[in-house]
Order: sequence, then C-alpha cells, then structure tokens
Amino acid sequence: MLKVQDITIGYGVCEVVKNITFTLQNGEILAIVGANGAGKTTLLRALNGTLPLMKGEILLDGKKLKDYSRREIAQKIAAVAQENETKFPITVLEFVLSGRFAHGTAFGWETTGDLQIAENALQMCDLANYENRLMNQLSGGERQRIILARALATQAKILLLDEPTTNLDLAHQAMMFRLVRERCKSGESSAIIITHDLNLASAFADEILLLKNGEMIAKGKPEKVLSASNLREIFDVEILLDAHPKSGKPRITMDYGKVRSS
Amino acid sequence: MNTDGHRLSQESKIQNPKSKIGMSLRLCGLLIFLLLVTLVIAALLGSEKLSFFELNEQQKAILFDIRLPRILLGACVGASLALAGASLQSLLRNPLAEPYLLGVSNGAALGTMLAFVFFAQFEFARPVMAFVGASLATFVVYQMAKSHAGMNVERLVLSGVIVTTFLSSIIVLLTSLLDAAKLRSFTFWLLGDLSQATKNGFYLSFAAVIIGTIVLMRNARALNLMMIGERDAFDFGVEVNKTRLAVFATSSLLVGTAVAASGSVGYVGLIVPHLVRLAIGSDNRLVIPFSALAGAIFVVSADTVARVAIAPRELPVGAITALIGAPLFIYLLRKS
Repeated sequence: MLKVQDITIGYGVCEVVKNITFTLQNGEILAIVGANGAGKTTLLRALNGTLPLMKGEILLDGKKLKDYSRREIAQKIAAVAQENETKFPITVLEFVLSGRFAHGTAFGWETTGDLQIAENALQMCDLANYENRLMNQLSGGERQRIILARALATQAKILLLDEPTTNLDLAHQAMMFRLVRERCKSGESSAIIITHDLNLASAFADEILLLKNGEMIAKGKPEKVLSASNLREIFDVEILLDAHPKSGKPRITMDYGKVRSS
Repeated sequence: MNTDGHRLSQESKIQNPKSKIGMSLRLCGLLIFLLLVTLVIAALLGSEKLSFFELNEQQKAILFDIRLPRILLGACVGASLALAGASLQSLLRNPLAEPYLLGVSNGAALGTMLAFVFFAQFEFARPVMAFVGASLATFVVYQMAKSHAGMNVERLVLSGVIVTTFLSSIIVLLTSLLDAAKLRSFTFWLLGDLSQATKNGFYLSFAAVIIGTIVLMRNARALNLMMIGERDAFDFGVEVNKTRLAVFATSSLLVGTAVAASGSVGYVGLIVPHLVRLAIGSDNRLVIPFSALAGAIFVVSADTVARVAIAPRELPVGAITALIGAPLFIYLLRKS
C-alpha cells in the first residue's frame, strides 16, 4: 500500500507538483490524467524516490520511503518509463533479467528461478522467442513491451507506468491494460498509470487523479471525475460525453469543431 | 549489422545463464592459454634472441632482469587499460569512452611528471600522483560532459579532447625543465613505452590489476544496468552514485599505475573491449575479465612488435597501439 501525504516536488525553488495526497490500495489501478507539463511524470518519479520531496511524506507499506534502500524500493516498486536507446548489443533476455537485479547479489548470476520469471514475463507480453534478439534491432512498440516485461519480472507490488502505450498498436494496448488489470485483480500488484487515452483510463482505472498545473483538482471514480466541466478545465477543449455501450463507463469523444480559442 | 547476426546464430541455443558460464569458462581457459603462449614467445624474441633450452649467464640476466619484468609489466598495463576502458564505457554508456581519449591518461601523465620533477627521490610518489591526476581528469571530464539532457557521445569525446590538449600543453611546458638526455626518454615515455620497466613497477601494477578486477567484478551486474541507462539502473535498485564512484576510483587506480610505469599507451581501452563484446556480447560479468586477459595479450604482442620491428632500435609501444586504434575509433564514431 502506498500512502502519499501532502507532498510537494520541485526543482530548485520552483514547485512543480503541489500538495498531493492520495492512497493507493493493494490491487487498485490509479490513472493520472492531465495536460502536458501538468507534473504527471514528476509526480510519478517521486513515488519511487527518484525525485526528492520538498514537503510531505510517502509511506510504502507503513514505512517512510526514504528509510528504504534503493534495492528494497526496487523490490516493491517497478517503473515503466520511456526508454532511451543503448549503444551496446544487449539481448532481450539480458534486458528483462536486469529487472531481477534487486533480488540477487551485485555480482553472481541469475538463478534458474530468475530465468523462469523472465521467460514468463516475456510470454505474457506476447514476446515468446524474443530472448536472443538484440534490443537495438527492435521496433519502438516491441521495445515498449519488453520494458513492461522487465517491470513484470521484478514481481513488484506496485507498477508505475508512464505512458506505457504510446508506441503500441490497438491489440497490444488492450493486451497491456488487460495484463495490468488481471495482475491487480488477483492482488499481485497495484498500478499507477499516466495516460493521455481518456477512454482507456475510463475503462481500466479504478480511480482517476486529475492534475492541473501541479495541483490535484479531482480524484475519484471515472464516472465522477471524467465530467465535461473537469475536462474542459484541464484540456481547454469541448468534449462529448456519453456511456460506453457495453461497460457503461464514461466515453469521451473530442468535439473538434468547438476547440476553444482562449 | 553482420557481426550481430553472427552472434545471434552463435547464441541461439543458449537459454540458461549457467550454460553461458560453462561456455565462458572454456573461452576463459583458451584466453589464459593464449596469454601464456604470448608471454613465452615475447620472452624469446628480441634484439638478443634467446633459446628455450640453454641460456648462459648473460642471457639469463637479460631474460630475468630486463625482458621478463618488461613483458609482465606490459601484460598488467594491457589488462589495466582494457579494464578501465570496458568499465568506463558501460558506466558512461559510450563505446568510445577510453582513458587515453578522455584525457585520464594525460592526467596521470601530468601527475607522474610533477612527481618526477618535484619529488624525484621518492619512487612511490609517481604512481600516487598519477592516481591523483587520473582522478582529477576523470572528474573534470565527467562534469563537463554531463548536462540536464544526459550525456551524448559527441559531448563526452569533445570534453576529453579539451582536457587532453589542455593537460598536454602543461606537460610540454614542464618538459622545458628537463635536460636534453632526459627529454628523449621522456618523449618516448609520453607516447607509451615499456622499456623502463622495473620489477617494482610490475608488482604495483599487478596489485592494481587484482584489486581493480575484484572491485569491477563486484559492480559488474550494476554496470549492466548502468549500460542501459542511469535512470533505469536507479529504478531497478542500483546505487548509482556508489557504483559511479567505485568505477571512477578503480579506473583511476588502474590508469594511474599503468601510466606511471609506462606512459600513455593509447587506444587499448577502446580496441580490446570492442573486440570482446563482438565475440561474447555485452554482459559485463564476462566483458570485464575477458577484457583484462585480452588486453594483456594485446599489449604484450604490440610491445614485442615494438621491440623487434626495427631491432636493435625500439619503437614506443603506444605508437603501435595508436596505429591500430585510431582507424577503429573513426569507424566506431561513424557507426554511433
């Protein structure tokens, strides 16, 4: 369980994210939604201790985040970020096994258990038989799935996903969200997802957190939070809102004719 | 890329990291055997040809007091520079990082020279000052190359060039303090020269190689993650700052001892890890020990060429390594 208590994050004296409070229950999926520059990634980066807090406290399973070692945090929280390309020939299996780092010794080899976990993760992400391919010879979408596989291979209780679907085709977008949701339903993990796809957020998230200029302006169930007025306030656009014909969750459609000018 | 395709077909059967260890142990054995063969051949070749079976007193003296210290020091210098290159490349995510090109060797050379000019009576002052010089140069280059956007290949190489030329000019200024007789041997030393090898120099360099290998191996798995990205490494449990400090300190120790004994032998740290990665992939738990062995073989061979090519006169070994290394550098730069 992750408890975020009134945290403020910034660079230097500039506060980027202000006074955020929320709790992520086990098995819960929380989506963070906001315009570019609203502070979504900054917030996410603070949740695993990458960025220091200017104020407030983050409690991970009841203990302050800053009292954990890097290794302990990595065992409990896995991040899926946009990747940067590496210049070295690294195989997919080596890449995914690097997610097992926090479970082994700094020197020494992965155990057969680690290997099994890595191969399962690859299989789940529709990447069977990719083990020996080289990372720098794959497409952006394939790499994005491998990054997810690495996060799954950590078996961490909390997944932090920063726009995990940007390079994925429709089928793999659905696969990724199904995968994350199944893991959360079974209680294996909980997840925080940054996404610009409001319909995916609506369909898969238990709760949505709306961020504007670093401040939380709403948090709650998709039905409550994804209102026309909230979305107008955040994105400054007109949207059409109705219910998804099957799930009944909010369905968002852009009204391109009515983009507001100011 | 052809080479990668080759590697794919070679490794497609390898599923288990343990079987990778088995294959690596065999390859490691092969390299150790090759190193021994190289050492023996190097010991027998030279301006005075030695036979394997019978040696007179004078030849024994040549072998044990002059040639062996030089060959063994060459092996340690090669191992040191290759280790430093392999670890710096992974740490800085840049296949072009190399102690000589980054100015680290020149930092060590300046340190050695200052010790030589001001503390000539203390032999141990040279490696100590070389270590200090290498550390400072590493620190400065790293600070210059670092930016908010991360570190790109060109920025790092350029920072290295600036530090190298700056340090070179100080070295040249200092050489004006030397007399003509010392100047020639000093110029040779600057280019990378093993002819002034001593037993003490070898012992020190050997100790540095052992310590360096142990420290780097302890950080090898963390370096695998650093190679992917600093942020990734942090996210997945690496103490990034600790790893960086360990690698910088170790590479400074290795380069410092190597340069104090033999000057700036260039490009070893570029050529050797590159070839090793082509052969066995990027896993630092293999790249580090293999680079040490291959680096030793490479420098001993290059020094043998330097001794034999225009015998009885000699070339500086650094000239031979640069002759091979510079074209490879251009190839790698174009590729990246």
